Amino acid sequence: MSDLIRKDASELAGLVSSGEVSAVEVAQAHLDRIAAVDGEVHAFLHVDTEGALVSAAAVDAKVKAGDKLSVLAGVPLGLKDILATNGLPTTCGSRILDGWIPPYDATVVTKLREAGVVILGKTNMDEFAMGSSTEHSAFGPTHNPWDLERIPGGSGGGSSACVSSFEAPLAIGTDTGGSIRQPAAVTGSVGVKPTYGGVSRYGIVALASSLDQAGPCARNVLDTALLHSVIAGHDPMDATSINAPVPDVVAAAKRADIKGMKVGIVKELGGEGYQAGVRSRFEESVALIESLGAEVVEVSCPSFPAALAAYYLILPSEASSNLAKFDGIRFGNRVGDDGSKSVEQVMSETRAAGFGSEVIRRIILGTYALSAGYYDAYYGQAQKVRTLIKQDFDAAFAKVDVLISPTAPTTAFKIGEKLDDPLAMYLNDVATIPVNMAGLPGMSLPIGLAPEDNLPVGLQIIAPAMADDRLYNVGAAIERELLAKWGGPILGMAPELAGA
Amino acid sequence: MVEATMNYDEAISKFDPVLGLEVHVELGTNTKMFCGCSTVFGAPPNTQVCPVCLGLPGALPALNKIGVESAIRIGLALNCEIAEWCRFARKNYFYPDMPKNFQTSQYDEPIAFEGYLDVEIDTDEGRKTFRVPIERAHMEEDTGKNSHVGGATGRIHGADYSLVDYNRAGIPLIEIVTKPITGTGKYAPEVAKAYVAALRDILRGLGVSDVKMEQGSLRCDVNLSLRETPESKLGTRSETKNVNSLRSVERAVRYEVSRHAARLAAGDTVVQETRHWHEDTGISTSGRAKSDAEDYRYFPEPDLLPIAPSREWVEELRAALPENPAVRRARLVADWGLSEIDMNTVVNSGALDLIVEAVDAGVDPAAARKWWTGELSRIANDRGIELEELPVTPAHLKRLEELISAGSLNDKLARQALEGVIVGEGDIDEIVKARGLAVVSDDGPLLAAIDEALAADPAVAETIKSGKLAAAGSVVGAVMKATRGQADAARVRELLFEKLGVSE
Repeated sequence: MSDLIRKDASELAGLVSSGEVSAVEVAQAHLDRIAAVDGEVHAFLHVDTEGALVSAAAVDAKVKAGDKLSVLAGVPLGLKDILATNGLPTTCGSRILDGWIPPYDATVVTKLREAGVVILGKTNMDEFAMGSSTEHSAFGPTHNPWDLERIPGGSGGGSSACVSSFEAPLAIGTDTGGSIRQPAAVTGSVGVKPTYGGVSRYGIVALASSLDQAGPCARNVLDTALLHSVIAGHDPMDATSINAPVPDVVAAAKRADIKGMKVGIVKELGGEGYQAGVRSRFEESVALIESLGAEVVEVSCPSFPAALAAYYLILPSEASSNLAKFDGIRFGNRVGDDGSKSVEQVMSETRAAGFGSEVIRRIILGTYALSAGYYDAYYGQAQKVRTLIKQDFDAAFAKVDVLISPTAPTTAFKIGEKLDDPLAMYLNDVATIPVNMAGLPGMSLPIGLAPEDNLPVGLQIIAPAMADDRLYNVGAAIERELLAKWGGPILGMAPELAGA
Repeated sequence: MVEATMNYDEAISKFDPVLGLEVHVELGTNTKMFCGCSTVFGAPPNTQVCPVCLGLPGALPALNKIGVESAIRIGLALNCEIAEWCRFARKNYFYPDMPKNFQTSQYDEPIAFEGYLDVEIDTDEGRKTFRVPIERAHMEEDTGKNSHVGGATGRIHGADYSLVDYNRAGIPLIEIVTKPITGTGKYAPEVAKAYVAALRDILRGLGVSDVKMEQGSLRCDVNLSLRETPESKLGTRSETKNVNSLRSVERAVRYEVSRHAARLAAGDTVVQETRHWHEDTGISTSGRAKSDAEDYRYFPEPDLLPIAPSREWVEELRAALPENPAVRRARLVADWGLSEIDMNTVVNSGALDLIVEAVDAGVDPAAARKWWTGELSRIANDRGIELEELPVTPAHLKRLEELISAGSLNDKLARQALEGVIVGEGDIDEIVKARGLAVVSDDGPLLAAIDEALAADPAVAETIKSGKLAAAGSVVGAVMKATRGQADAARVRELLFEKLGVSE
């Protein structure tokens, strides 16, 4: 197996632009890796071998012509199957979209193509991004490269697993309540949910419009920052996109200096309910941050305990409306249209057959929460909680520069373990959800393995809106120390996959 | 099923009608409300669509600013308050003509609210003004259009299959909703019609819509209920959909009054329901039952930002509003010295704006009115086109009138010159020259023609001399014929009487 697959994205971009290695060679190395290990990992739903090699060849032609290249030209990437890709299947992990080929590209995809990033294929996910384990994919679960019997997180388990199994150095995820950060935490990779509005949502199949945000996944902070810089920016096609300069995340990742910063530990995100090994690694990180010259204080966000409940009203409400369009009339699978049935019957049969149980559960929940007579008690009340959460963050950021917490309460659990217990599944996102509720940027950074199970633990870093650069500065400072301590990347400690 | 009705006069003697009108106006913006697709009417099905208006997964709306501006201008023209902050909302229901299975609309935060429109109608006591209270005007997007093929009714139930055209989906709509209109008594049908007509004139004056009821760019739903007395509480209403001509608005109100009255008099209750109006038979039939429990699960549209029109912008738009059509009409009646009946003729002919243009260019109001409501209306009618489509400009009419008052054209020749304009022969002077159109004012040829006419009918001279001056008409006619219309008829008459020694 080529050693190209273990290289960082920034290093690969350098090799390609200098002509030392061709982008086609880089793409082929990763396609070979996918062919070798994805039978075990199942990170990809669709591998676009031809498309990847064609776009890699286009980068090589530019290198030959001496054209200026973007920072990630020729670097391969896995794309969560929730982003519309012109000419490539987009299923959202659902039967209802099996076989649908979008006629257009999401804005993020357009930006990636323009930057010469090589899209290897579409990665697995919980159906319509509803889940924390990727077990809710209609096409079978993705397996965690650290332990194939365990989940890779979710909903973006395909994106975290392709990065941590060296199938791709980069991936795009989407994060509505933790779907980039929690998978990053449990696979030992880096994932960032940018400020809401920082990255265009145009072409990303909506789960909960007011919470969804696409972001970068990679194996280190700098690569994550490079990908962030490629996909961020204002888009007139997305009314909620912020029209302001993108924070200089790449410079921040290179700065890695937190001396004199104030860092807040969120009192409500930790302690009881968090696994012992998660807590001990988190405490070590706090000590490390202090040793780098930052001041660490505890802050209280009293509304956070209500966040999960409020989230599970807002998300299903928006999702019940966003997913109404999946009715088999204009696109996707149609079920039961034998010429004898009414349009309502066909829509109903299509939806019953096309959606999985978790999706149906949330549609019913959201439909109920928005019903006349219940709206004020549920959706209305949840919006008030959301306001309180924002106020808690505002008060906290008046005192500190960034906030930290464990990303997830536990390390990766076993496939099947929580499948029949939706509430236990929902609790995985208890620390990440408040960030989405307030539209803030958040990062998950690997901080070591839990001693009891030797599985990765993630640190969550949270910054004020449009201060995404702070995540990268803090993340890179901690990462530098940990790499020195470990003698290399954390993923070097992961077991070899059998296929390789 | 045809339902029982009560004679209208009897119905109105027993009950007090309460009206409510909901008007949907398609805005004439170049692009749709939330995407860049064209809004041109009549394109082949599904050719003016994109991921956004097709509701494809991942697509997002982007707001059309002209749509918002039009909504504010409509609100201002209807004397409404303009919201300082408002939002779009999603109206959720499943229907195949709706790409997203929700309509992006406004719910409890409309852009304009609390207005009114004064309308005038003829009553037994002369012309009277009714104030129609307006509850709100809000923005929303249109749906696609279903065609149900096969089946007897043309409706979805019983059809063999249905086709959907999404060209219309996403076209900006403004929905204008009145409050309950009370106190109209027997004039409810006339008030309803006058309101829709006045609204149409205002919208046309604003230039925000082509307001063509027959093409569906202005659609009206008529709500009606009856109560025993003006003091009683409101009765159960019916909602009659797609009443799509002014005449039908009047007829639908009249019909529903008669139908409700028959039910109530028979001791039945009125069903709260949607009804379909049938233009051909002049009746409504029951559609779907509409209970208050119908639940659209409205919630604020998370894909669009709230709209907060600045007060400066609103005042700018207010200052630039055109004159209210009713006020303008009253002014023109006074300026031009017309009767209300003459003005009705002008308005009904659709020539008002064209006449105003001609008058502004210096044409005498009476002459402008004569040309546009007479000869030019006849020509447009013959050709089956709109008056606006005729290539006649104010400048043409001005020159024509100059030539007439100078005596070099008479009425008949002027009509020939206009015909030349319409077939594209150039400007008036070119046509007059090319066609040789000129009044013959030289007495010599006229006298010769008179002699010829008298010679042809020897008895006529004696008849005229005996005092029967009306007989002169046949001589003048003969002279006109001989000169192919170019003679000045008045001069011919003078010369004839002179010659015969008769005085008028």
